[in-house]
Amino acid sequence: MSEPIIRFEGVEKSFGSQRVLAGVDFAIPAGRTTVIAGASGQGKSVTLKLILGLLKPDQGRIMVRGRDIARMNPRQLNEARMAFGVLFQGAALLDSLSVFDNVALPLEERTKLSQAEVREKVMTTLEQLGLAGHEDKFPAQLSGGMKKRVGLARALQLQPEIMLFDEPTTGLDPEKSMEIYQLFLETQQKFGYTSVIVSHDIPKIFNLADQVIIMGKGKATTFASPEDIQRSSDPETRDFVRITMGDIYLSREMEKRP
Amino acid sequence: MLARIERLGEHTIYILQDLGRMGLFLLRALAGIGKRPFRLGAVIRQTRLIGADSFVVIFFTAAFTGMVLGLQGYYTLRKFGSEGALGSAVALSLIRELGPVLTALMVTGRAGSAMCAEIGIMRNSEQLDALECMAVDPFRYLITPKFLATIISIPILTLIFNVVGIFGGYVAGVTLLDVNPGAYFSGMEASVINKDINLGIIKSFVFAMLVVWICTGRGYFVHVIRGAGFGAEGVSRVTTQAVVLSSIAILVWDYLLTAILL
Repeated sequence: MSEPIIRFEGVEKSFGSQRVLAGVDFAIPAGRTTVIAGASGQGKSVTLKLILGLLKPDQGRIMVRGRDIARMNPRQLNEARMAFGVLFQGAALLDSLSVFDNVALPLEERTKLSQAEVREKVMTTLEQLGLAGHEDKFPAQLSGGMKKRVGLARALQLQPEIMLFDEPTTGLDPEKSMEIYQLFLETQQKFGYTSVIVSHDIPKIFNLADQVIIMGKGKATTFASPEDIQRSSDPETRDFVRITMGDIYLSREMEKRP
Repeated sequence: MLARIERLGEHTIYILQDLGRMGLFLLRALAGIGKRPFRLGAVIRQTRLIGADSFVVIFFTAAFTGMVLGLQGYYTLRKFGSEGALGSAVALSLIRELGPVLTALMVTGRAGSAMCAEIGIMRNSEQLDALECMAVDPFRYLITPKFLATIISIPILTLIFNVVGIFGGYVAGVTLLDVNPGAYFSGMEASVINKDINLGIIKSFVFAMLVVWICTGRGYFVHVIRGAGFGAEGVSRVTTQAVVLSSIAILVWDYLLTAILL
């Protein structure tokens, strides 16, 4: 496996008396897809916010491209964040801006491209993601799936090395979810980014994963493949598998019946 | 007993944390003024929303405040046979007190609440996080333009309030009642001095700062304010809190500034 681009080393984080992460260690390899799964409230979103430097850990180090993101000054943090693209759960589009302005925002704020260059780049991305003709609409006029695509278009503008997806298919029907997964595969092949996906959409999401991290009771366990999870002897992981993936086995059993 | 002391301590720590957060928020918003490139377009847009769009409200508030002052002043002054002093009474009340205070209160209600709700919703729907993740400073992009626009708008609106109010007093005292028009303006000219005007302008700058600081700050911290709740309810409670806090702050600082500067 290639060199890790993100590494958690003994990370602890509490909110008041609630201990969300109690010594978390994992490594995310560059250029691959890592899925972070786990029941609700086990610190998946907190982990994403820690990677982005939006939260600071109480203990431990969070190495992103070899540097501890929790110990950066605001300027360094801004630079480090240029390497990230984020697709938020609700897409987090600026609702007072049109689709075009949303996608153009990172280019206008962070690059010195001319208006014409920005326009060309934005229109190309919108076309690639099947959003041509929607550039003058506002986020409130878009469907859930389209919002996610606009969010993805915006996140890809600065050609990020690492893409973080927070529950990318929540609130979408199965057909739209598949469409989003297809987009991930296509854009990842095209841009070659490292992909970190936090998702509830188990077991479907595992088809995309090169590695799976399961969070529970403040700890994280890394598995090289979905099969490894099923073979795990750890009782908590087995519980998680039974609850979330039990259905597949049930349906396979059913298939065998005459 | 011990539990009560614990609660008191917890509450004190929360208040100190909140003050610290708001203090740092103010510093970051002001630091944004010096950062390049300057977002002139955003400042102009916000000045239109906060300032120009408040003109009608300010005009009517000022006109009727001036007319009431003219009416009340006339009947009070007539008891002492000094209706001629109506002009200076109206002008001094407006320039020193009512102009800055009422303008700031009206802007709080009209634009301050809108700013707070806008930023609160952006916080709840992760739009502020999204800006930070794109390495776009939410202060420079969003908060600082609102600060500049409010600090530009409120003093100008205050001056408009004063002028409209003085003519409102003229309509009530001179046109509708029987004060001599010459006496109305000459009395004003003789009694209003630079110090009064400066006091009014200083007040309007301080009030502008309070309004924009409290309203944007409460919205920005909607997710950590204790007892605010979540989602739409959180935003509505925080907006109410912002308007109430701003209004009280304006009145308290009005007293303090008058006591110090007069």
